[in-house]
Amino acid sequence: MPEPAARPGGRFAPGDRVRVAAVDPDHHTRMPRYARGRAGTVERVLPACPLPDDRARGVPQPRVEPVYTVRFAAGDLWGAGTHTVTVDLWESYLESEGS
Amino acid sequence: MSGAHASLPIAARVRRLEERCIAAGLVDDARLDRTLERYLAAASPLNGARLAARAWADDAFRALLLDDARAALAELGLADRLRGREQLRVVANSAERHNVVVCTLCSCYPLSLLGPSPSWYKSEAYRARMVREPRAVLAEFGLELPPEVQVSVWDASAEARYMVLPRRPAGSEDRSEAELARLVTRNGLIGTATV
Repeated sequence: MPEPAARPGGRFAPGDRVRVAAVDPDHHTRMPRYARGRAGTVERVLPACPLPDDRARGVPQPRVEPVYTVRFAAGDLWGAGTHTVTVDLWESYLESEGS
Repeated sequence: MSGAHASLPIAARVRRLEERCIAAGLVDDARLDRTLERYLAAASPLNGARLAARAWADDAFRALLLDDARAALAELGLADRLRGREQLRVVANSAERHNVVVCTLCSCYPLSLLGPSPSWYKSEAYRARMVREPRAVLAEFGLELPPEVQVSVWDASAEARYMVLPRRPAGSEDRSEAELARLVTRNGLIGTATV
């Protein structure tokens, strides 16, 4: 599949389906454990912010990335429930759902 | 953070840092106290209540508040309530949708608009359960939502802070804006009460 065209403000746009990386870093992260490996829909793109994973480790030039408000269906998070949960996630926490 | 702050290692670290800053002559106790007092004196749920009441009374303000909360705060003279990179997003309840705010990773909270957060907001039970079974948690707050109302949970996991705009109470048509503001509760602005 060809790479999608670069988008202003980041890789993803509202409506895109994304999946949170299924990783377990041994350093600080703001990637809530319950969302890891789960798929949701980008709801809004927020201004770029320094990546907390880099800042907490004292990386001299922390990566600055767009942050995405991603909405998850409760069924996709917990296997049950009718509500939605919206989580703000830095770009490097996410991949396209299909990739 | 969880439980009582005073007993946590972080509290001891903060105290040690304060002592080091004072010893280095960077600040003194009186100045620290003044700074905290000034910040907390202006951090009150009255700010959030004023925003909600104005949004109920003025449709154009409501649209601005939901679209660009920073600009809406400036209209009410509350621009200095948001600092630097801090963002605010206000999410509106409707007949179809109820919103509620949580921070599962720590206890992020729009303190300047809602005042210091209640201890239950920082509890592990609230943080773990609100994303998993919000209807059950809301019922424990006395808020029983009909099944047809969609529940949206907002986990404040990054730099954005969330505040709920409650629905205007029925029968409040004749109230002034100041009277409307008095109807708004802190829990209503978090989403654990209807108003």
